[in-house]
This record gives sequence, C-alpha cells and structure tokens, in this order.
Amino acid sequence: MLGMNAPFQNGLTIDARDVTVRFGTFTAVNKVNLTVSQGEVFGLLGPNGSGKTTLIRGLCGLLPFAEGVATVLGRDVTAESEAVRSQIGYMSQKFSLYEDLTARENMDFYSGIYGLSPAKTHERQDFLIELSGLAPYMERRAGRLSGGWKQRLALVCALLHEPKLIFLDEPTAGIDPVARRDLWNLLFRLSAEGISLVVTTHYMDEAERCARVGYIYMANLLAVGTPADLKKLPGVTPLGTRWLEIFGTDSAALLEKLRGNLRVQQATIFGQSIHALVEADATAADLGVGSARVVDTEPSLEDVFVTISRAQAMNTNA
Amino acid sequence: MMNNGFSMQRMLSVARKEFLHIIRDPATLFFALFIPVLELFMLGYAINTNVSNVPTVIFDAANTKDSENLVRAFENSKDFRIVRQVYSDLDVSQAIVAGKAKVGIIIPQDYSKNLESRRTAYLKVIVDGSESNVAAEAINVSNALALRDSLQRIIGSQFLPVEVSPQILFNPDTRSANFFIPGLMVVMCQMMAIMLSANAIVREKENGTLEQLFMTPVKAPELILGKLIPYLVLTFVEFCTILFLMRTVFQVPIAGHVLTLLALTLPFVFAMLGLGLYISTRVGTREAAGQMAMGTMMPSIFLSGYVFPLDSMPWPFWYIAQVFPTTWLIDAARGVILRGAGWRELWIHSAVLWSMGIFSFALAMMKFHKRLT
Repeated sequence: MLGMNAPFQNGLTIDARDVTVRFGTFTAVNKVNLTVSQGEVFGLLGPNGSGKTTLIRGLCGLLPFAEGVATVLGRDVTAESEAVRSQIGYMSQKFSLYEDLTARENMDFYSGIYGLSPAKTHERQDFLIELSGLAPYMERRAGRLSGGWKQRLALVCALLHEPKLIFLDEPTAGIDPVARRDLWNLLFRLSAEGISLVVTTHYMDEAERCARVGYIYMANLLAVGTPADLKKLPGVTPLGTRWLEIFGTDSAALLEKLRGNLRVQQATIFGQSIHALVEADATAADLGVGSARVVDTEPSLEDVFVTISRAQAMNTNA
Repeated sequence: MMNNGFSMQRMLSVARKEFLHIIRDPATLFFALFIPVLELFMLGYAINTNVSNVPTVIFDAANTKDSENLVRAFENSKDFRIVRQVYSDLDVSQAIVAGKAKVGIIIPQDYSKNLESRRTAYLKVIVDGSESNVAAEAINVSNALALRDSLQRIIGSQFLPVEVSPQILFNPDTRSANFFIPGLMVVMCQMMAIMLSANAIVREKENGTLEQLFMTPVKAPELILGKLIPYLVLTFVEFCTILFLMRTVFQVPIAGHVLTLLALTLPFVFAMLGLGLYISTRVGTREAAGQMAMGTMMPSIFLSGYVFPLDSMPWPFWYIAQVFPTTWLIDAARGVILRGAGWRELWIHSAVLWSMGIFSFALAMMKFHKRLT
C-alpha cells in the first residue's frame, strides 16, 4: 500500500475553503468550508438538488470554482485536477457500469483507463475480487447482476487504482438492506486502511454510522460535525424548548392535535411514537395528549436536519 | 503512474471496450453490415435508368400500309412495348390517365393521304410527363423513327450524308449498375460511419458512464480516437464487402487500383466519423443523434451526384455539393472503378478529403469538453 499512510498538509484529505460553484446566475454551492481527515467516513446529506453532487464534482476538479480554493490529497484541485483525479475513486449514483460487458471486462477496462501495468492489474483485481466476494460473478454481464452486486462491482472498479479518497454518490439507493449492510462493512474496512470516504445518502441510519456529517441545504453547508454534536446544536433545541417523545395509541390523531397546539413548534411521526419540539414548561396537560406516555428525548438526526432547514428557509424568506 | 501525455494504453482500453460493445449488440452489427448488402442487391438489380419497354397504346386511325409499317417500327424498337391497340383518341388519353400506358401514339386518318400528296404527315405522340426521363426518351425515339422514315422517303436508296458513330468509353453497355454501385458504396459507408459514431458518446451520456469516465485520467483525444478505431475497422470491412460483391456479383470491372480507392476512402471515413462524434457531443439522447445524423445525410446523398448528375444542377447547388466529402469520394470512386484514374488525376480529391477529415475531427475534439458543464 504505497504511501497510503503518508499524511498530507495538516493531515487533511480534503480542505475546502469558501468554495462556490455557479451556473450562470444560479449559485449551486455557496461558500462551503469543509475538511475531511485521512481515514474518515464523512457523510454528506441534504435534499435532492441541494448541491451535494455539484460539490463533489467541484472537489474532483470537474467544475470550476467561482470563489474559494480546495486542496485534495495535498494538491490544488483547480491547478492539478488531472493529478487529483488519478488518485481518487468515484462511484456515481447509477453505478455507471457497462451493462453489456462482463464484470471482468468492466474491471479490465478501468484497469486500462487508470494505466495499471499488467502485473498490477492482476494483483489488484485478485485482491478486490477476494475482498468483495465477486469471484462467482466475474464472467456474468454487469447488466444481469443484482443491484447489490452491481454496486460492489462499481465500487471495485473505483478502487482498482488504489485511490486514497473515494466519493460515493448515493451508493445504497435502491439496494436491499442486507446488501446495504454488506457495503457499509466494506466501507469501514477501507476506512481502517486509511482511505477517506465521502458518502452522500438520504438514509439517517447511514448518516449515524458516519464519523462526521455535513448537511447541505439550498447550496449552503448548514452544519458539520459528529452526529452527537449535531444533535446538541443550539439551533436544534432553541432556548426555552425541549424535545419530547410521545407514545399514543392513535399517532395520526395525536399528531393532528399537537400540530394545532400553539405551544408545539413542530411534530413528526417517528416509528411508533411522535417527536415534538415544545415549550420547555409545557406539561402533558397543556399539550392535550391525554393518557399518552410522554418522555424527554434528544432530537434524532432527522429532527436536526428538518429544524435547521426550516430556520434557514425562514431566514432566506425574511 | 502520473503521465501527462497521450497514453496509448488508455486509448487501446477504450478501443477494446468499444469493440466489445459492437459485438455484444447484434442489432447494431446487423444494421451495420447486413442492411447495406441488402440495399446493394436491391438497388443493384432494381435500378435501371436506361429506358426500355415503355408501355404504349396505339390508335391507328389511318389503317393503311404506311401506318402499319410505322406501328411495326415502334414495335421493333426495344424502347416501346405496345400494350394495346385502341380505336379512339379518348381511349388513348384514358389509357394514359389510368396508368396503363405511358405513351400514346395516334396515327391520324389523313396520314397516308398527306404522304401521297407530299404534304407533311403528322404523327401524334402523347407522353405522360410525370416521369421526365421516360418522357424525354419516348420523344427522342419517336423523333428518330420519324426522321429515319422521312429521310428514306426523301433520299430513297442514296446513302446518308452524315451519320454518327458513337463510342462509349468506360461503361460500354451503359449499365446502370456500373454508375450506381460505386456511389452506393460511398453512401453506405457514410451512413454507417455517421450512425455508429453519432451514438458513441451519447450512449455513455445516457447510461451515466460518461460522468464516471470524466472522473478518470482519460483524456479527450484518447477517448475519441479509441472509440473511432473499431468503427473505422467496421466501416472498411463493409466497404470492402460491397466492393467485392460489386466485382463478383454485379460484374462491374475495376479499371484502376483498389488500393488507390481504399487510400482515398480513409480520410473520407475520418471525416464521417468526426461528423458523427460532433453530433454525439452536441445532443443528449440517441433519438436526437439519429435524427441529426439523418438530417446531415439527406442533403449530401441528393447533392453528391450519387443519383442526380452534378453537372445538370443550378450553379449554387453545384457549389454547395463541393462542401460534402461524399461528392468528392463518389467522383473519385467512379474515377478509379470506371475510368481507371490514378493519383495523377485524383491527388486533388485526396487533398480535399484529408482537409475535410482533419477539420471535422478537430471540430469534434474541440466540442468535446472534458468538463461536465
């Protein structure tokens, strides 16, 4: 693993400062500051169209920054985009494989594109086939693999050239839960080897697995930190409020009632219960939840993102 | 591992992958190789611009010895085929309107009487002008028959003072196949090269694999050249197949050197592939690429001299035609195959085609941004 553990400038795999991407007058990424450390699994969350994919493309040197600079793997992304690209892996939303080619042919193609020598190709392919368990499927056409195996093949193709940083754009969209768990186990193995991972996802359970999470909303990176840090953000639980979890028999009716109550700032169904942000001194009687059980709780990551999105939307509209 | 120059390995990886796409897609392969051969047989056997056997009706109102001789003269010419004898002017025009005949010949009642009294005897020839070359040929042959008859009557048994002795060079039997197949070969080649390459980049756009490729160190020239190699090979295979069938099945002799022809075809294929790739970089879907490819092919097929002779076009069209590589290669192909032309006559074609090839290639390369915007 050549140079895999050599630290970069200030030990950061990604160091983005005030990066801004514009398409004409539309700002897709606005003054984003972001750092990712070596071996870190960084989760990037945000609604569709918020700028996640654009940010990733910018960090790969595919889109020019209107403002700001980014250093990736110790190199300036804009000035040395080719050099950066030869050391990063990228897996796009659709597992862009050639479906009419076999798994092996796909791997051979990417080995060639990344300029691996025949000996190196052999070594890496053997290693990754072993790692991913793809061995029985190597002669099968990529189009005939199941979603989970397609995704592994795509990941393997992005790993052939021993990248030190991998971008995964919604790697688990449309994949069954078992395949999802397997992929995450694989990602953690890579992370343990010192490879940094940037993963975009819509799944909160996946976000919880990340070492740190960034939340992008309408081109702005609103929050960055560990999942635990984000739940303690002052904006999520404003002064004079607290989060409650309410267990009732009829969650839908209860939700209706809570949303009509002036002392409730927001309420959402959360599995079998309801998460609500209420005024700190409001009692169960004030809330009119009757016999439902009420306990104090900490906000979920989803609560965090919904709350800060609303606050941001209100600021922008004001 | 860092290499800032052109990488042969990367280009060959692309070429290999593209070749696999072609053999894994039987529909495209079928379209590419079989359809042109089918069209060759269709056009080769069906098209005959030499007019013959024009269906004709005759109304012999005179019904004399002279008129009978005249009818026999028409019958004996290979150009006319008498389908019916009719008995009124109305029948003649009805037969033409109904499409049963293209030509109606009316010999008036006073035909023999006029001949005998040394007045001009008129012969009415009614021609359906909707097929202009048939009409023109019918009139020419009728005139020739009438003229010969007139001359015989005037000079009797004396010899003819002037006679044309025609000598047709290069295609002595004036077979249509000899004229059409060299052009067809070029047009098929054009169709295939554009169709294949127009899909090359669009397919990757549609599948999202282009986005993945952008993330790799592969460079635009490596990608584009790599994609072109298999198409170049395929187009040449097809060109040679048609050439072979032309020689063996349709018995068109090749007067010049096949290698000269292939050398002239190379820049032409480059130009066509470049054009196809240019289309591919401009559009987002395969449907759009197909339509645009069709749009560029149509004018070049009609104006290239493939079907309609260039020399009889109004001058603005003549100039427009010179812009199409197809025009130049069709002219060169006929030159080599029919007239035995060589480099001395065709060097200018080669120069023009190479310029066009390099130009269209550079255009495609420039349009193909490596960045995703």
